[in-house]
Amino acid sequence: MQLKPYAKCLALALSLAVLAGCASRGGSEDGMAGSADGSRDGAAGTDASRGGQVSGDRMGDGAGQQDDARIPEVRTIYFAYDSDTIQSEFEPVLTSHARYLRNNANASVVLQGHTDERGTREYNMALSERRAGAVERYLNVQGVSPSQIDVVAYGEERPAVRGQNEEAYAQNRRVVFAY
Amino acid sequence: MKALITTCLAAALLMFGSLAQADLTIEITRGSDRATPIAVVPFGGADALPEDVARIIHDNLARSGYFDPLERNAMFERPTTRDEVRFGDWRALDVRYLVVGTASQEGDGYRIQYELMDISGERRMLGEVVTAGNGELRGAGHYISDQIFEAITDIRGAFSTRIAYVTARGTGDDIRFVLHVADADGHNSQQILSSDEPILSPAWSPDGRKLAYVSFETERPAIYIQNLNSGERVRATSFEGINGAPAWSPDGRQLAMSLSKDGQPEIYIMDIGARDFQRLTNNSSIDTEPSWSPDGRSLVFTSDRSGGPQLYRYDLASGEAERLTFTGNYNARGRFAPDGESLFLIHGSDRGYQVARQELDSGRLVVLSDSGQVESPSVAPNGTMVIFATQQGSRGVLGAVSADGRSSFRLPSAEGDVREPAWSPFLD
Repeated sequence: MQLKPYAKCLALALSLAVLAGCASRGGSEDGMAGSADGSRDGAAGTDASRGGQVSGDRMGDGAGQQDDARIPEVRTIYFAYDSDTIQSEFEPVLTSHARYLRNNANASVVLQGHTDERGTREYNMALSERRAGAVERYLNVQGVSPSQIDVVAYGEERPAVRGQNEEAYAQNRRVVFAY
Repeated sequence: MKALITTCLAAALLMFGSLAQADLTIEITRGSDRATPIAVVPFGGADALPEDVARIIHDNLARSGYFDPLERNAMFERPTTRDEVRFGDWRALDVRYLVVGTASQEGDGYRIQYELMDISGERRMLGEVVTAGNGELRGAGHYISDQIFEAITDIRGAFSTRIAYVTARGTGDDIRFVLHVADADGHNSQQILSSDEPILSPAWSPDGRKLAYVSFETERPAIYIQNLNSGERVRATSFEGINGAPAWSPDGRQLAMSLSKDGQPEIYIMDIGARDFQRLTNNSSIDTEPSWSPDGRSLVFTSDRSGGPQLYRYDLASGEAERLTFTGNYNARGRFAPDGESLFLIHGSDRGYQVARQELDSGRLVVLSDSGQVESPSVAPNGTMVIFATQQGSRGVLGAVSADGRSSFRLPSAEGDVREPAWSPFLD
């Protein structure tokens, strides 16, 4: 996966568990510097608060225990504030979808990219496309045919939950696998 | 005597769509300390009419930020013609201008006579009889407001203009999006398009007859151009990827937009008649939210080529893009003031996202709004006000602020979130 400069910065920050240090370079994603630290917590928040989008054990639904004929149950992954980097906790989810798509050549998926509501709408549209594009590249690297993947950027237009707080923002920064 | 109001309003009236009950209401949130005191006396005979024309004028003038109209309960007398005006009495109330008039039914329509008085000069500045057709009383009030505003300020009034906006109700997979057009004061709202997929970025053609907008009704974004009189519309673009941020050229022949068909969002210009495309930007960063300068020679757009979103100006003759904003880490969605000398934009800081104005010559940036979460600023065609989307509690509402930042108001809606306001050009 190609890392843009800020993504590199973010990956480093994540590894150091000091996300705020990265984000203080300025808000180029859907939020502003200063409100970043809460987003990490939010992104790792409880499944119960995510409504119907996520079911089952998100972390456990990775490679190894899936029925290859069935679409993986976890179909939403979340992103840190100011980032299109795929967080390591969601790699098993992507791996499960990559395996499903590889094993079901007739299946296709629409990757729906979303941002939280902060920032301007058309700019967020572009940011959400970046997130979906990051997932698309990840799947391609894992051997999924590009013809099986479509990307639609929704920006901030389809929030999963309402609310002007970090918990809501974290649930809205997401890419959804729509089969 | 003028009878132009009928034709003027007919042209502005949309011929389709339902008259919705969801009009926006207005709450003034900050009055200007420099507003001129004026009194709009209730019009004689108006009690029998369906609309209080003097109240419409009063509210328009108050909302403009230029005027501080006297409340009715502070008026000792209610003259309806110049002959009945006792100038000294109004001077004692510190009123500088006075509007009096009469309104009556005439045939199928209405006849309104009004006069504008300069209290200190004890002279009449305006006097006119306006005829309005059935259902056009509010329009007559806006027309008279325009005349009064211009007579006193020397600035053309924008009360007879309209706004487009989008409402959204629901969450998740169950959201209803509706594109509306309403009078600039939020009344007479009409549905233009309803969809359970997103609608955004409405943009008025320079002649005020068409709207370009982005709709996801096919489950992916496409740019449409809709004729507001006939309802007829065409799909302008539906490329793979983003089809976004349509912006009309001042001559109405071209549409600038952001398309990601070649990998990442780039600025393109579409010739609407020829349907051909010219690509302006070419890099690996986001380029979006184009807006034409009033002289048509350049476009301002948002790009994150420097790391975060900033505004750039693309000169059409040279093909060069120059960075315009340097204050802070987030400056996006620039719109030129009608005089072309400044930009209205969204400025992000640790205090949230706000409407700001930046002078192009000096580069000086001034934040205008005082609420923390603002989007989609759109400038009135006379440059005096900026309308924008903001939050009231957890609900999206429209707000507006005067170009000098001194006065502001909100237009809450009875239903759902309101967003994406676009102020029309002058409509006559």
